[in-house]
Amino acid sequence: MVSEETSKTRKRFKDADMQLIIGWILRIGVISSMVIVVIGGIVFVYRHGHSIPDYRTFRKVPDFISSPMGVLEGVIHWKGQAIIQLGIMLLIATPVLRVVFSAIGFMMERDRLYTFISLLVLFIIIMSAITGHIG
Amino acid sequence: MSVIVFTVILVLGSYFAGLLGSLTGLGGGFIIIPLLTLVLHVDIHYAIGASLISVIATSSGAAAAYVREGITNIRIGMFLEIATTAGAFTGAILATYLPPHYIAILFGFILIFSAVMSLRSKVEQIITEPSPFARKLKLSGTYPVGNKTVAYGVTNIIGGFFMMIFAGLISGLLGIGSGALKVIAMDGVMHIPFKVSTTTSNFMIGVTAAASAVVYLQRGYIHPGIAMPVVIGVLLGAASGSKILVQATSSTWLRWLFAIIIAVIGTQMIYNGIGRNI
Repeated sequence: MVSEETSKTRKRFKDADMQLIIGWILRIGVISSMVIVVIGGIVFVYRHGHSIPDYRTFRKVPDFISSPMGVLEGVIHWKGQAIIQLGIMLLIATPVLRVVFSAIGFMMERDRLYTFISLLVLFIIIMSAITGHIG
Repeated sequence: MSVIVFTVILVLGSYFAGLLGSLTGLGGGFIIIPLLTLVLHVDIHYAIGASLISVIATSSGAAAAYVREGITNIRIGMFLEIATTAGAFTGAILATYLPPHYIAILFGFILIFSAVMSLRSKVEQIITEPSPFARKLKLSGTYPVGNKTVAYGVTNIIGGFFMMIFAGLISGLLGIGSGALKVIAMDGVMHIPFKVSTTTSNFMIGVTAAASAVVYLQRGYIHPGIAMPVVIGVLLGAASGSKILVQATSSTWLRWLFAIIIAVIGTQMIYNGIGRNI
């Protein structure tokens, strides 16, 4: 009985811990990605403010930001759209990072079932990322 | 329209979308997509991409606050995310094959449905005895109400799980959070208390949207020139919306007003979809 009690309190402590860490990941992820998007937006509007874009027909994004490497190269060359895209990628990564940390948290709690569930969710997202360009 | 005018209009429009989305609890996407397609004549694929990004920003921002209050049930969220991410992936793949006007019509119907659902009076049933499957999955939890903690159980896991696959599919297909469908699955089907189901739904929306956003990103649907003003505007709007929400208790006439506005926008989407103007 005694050992069960202590393991229970330890578990509760870990759950609260995980909530705190997840809260921080989400907060830092959203704030930093938004700062990057705003910086990129200022550069973009400053440089291209008077050009006339055509978004009526779908033509994919410009070539230089269609791959992660292209985005990084664009960021180095201080291109506004590339900086925005970097911020957007970071924003998309934020909830995914949350899943990664949940998996680690459940692993530390020795909760095998939920470690597996977290990894399964991560697997689906990775599958989605890998097969996204096919079709 | 020049980039600077387009950006300013879109930041302002997205601000009101975020505000209205937060007040109605339906999320910013519901207004953003009609604004982009019907008013600014942007291709619906770009609109979906931009909306999805704003969905991730608002839900992650709100979840950061909720999760620390200890109301969000991380286990329920994590378990149901298997269903929503699988659905979202399918939806995103489907969106690339579906002609734009079909997407617009479906969007209109989901919009009207959500407007009706927001008006229904809710009856809360807290279950103390969880189903055996729910017990195995350790889905029971507690949440704070004032100084007390309320314990709850969960039931009907299979039904809720399938409803969540559908919610994920709609989210991936239309670029919205589909929070209304998630909440129906949780408080309607699984009998999870309102406070827990709304915060846990919000917690799941970011991951669900990310699962389809990775597909859209690679297909070139997420255009920085459109996503940038949308995400900034919606996030600011949602932030002011949550401040208002704390002060004002939801009045009946306000709920009716919002529902009517949303139903009108939904009808517009269907009308333009049928006329192939989108």
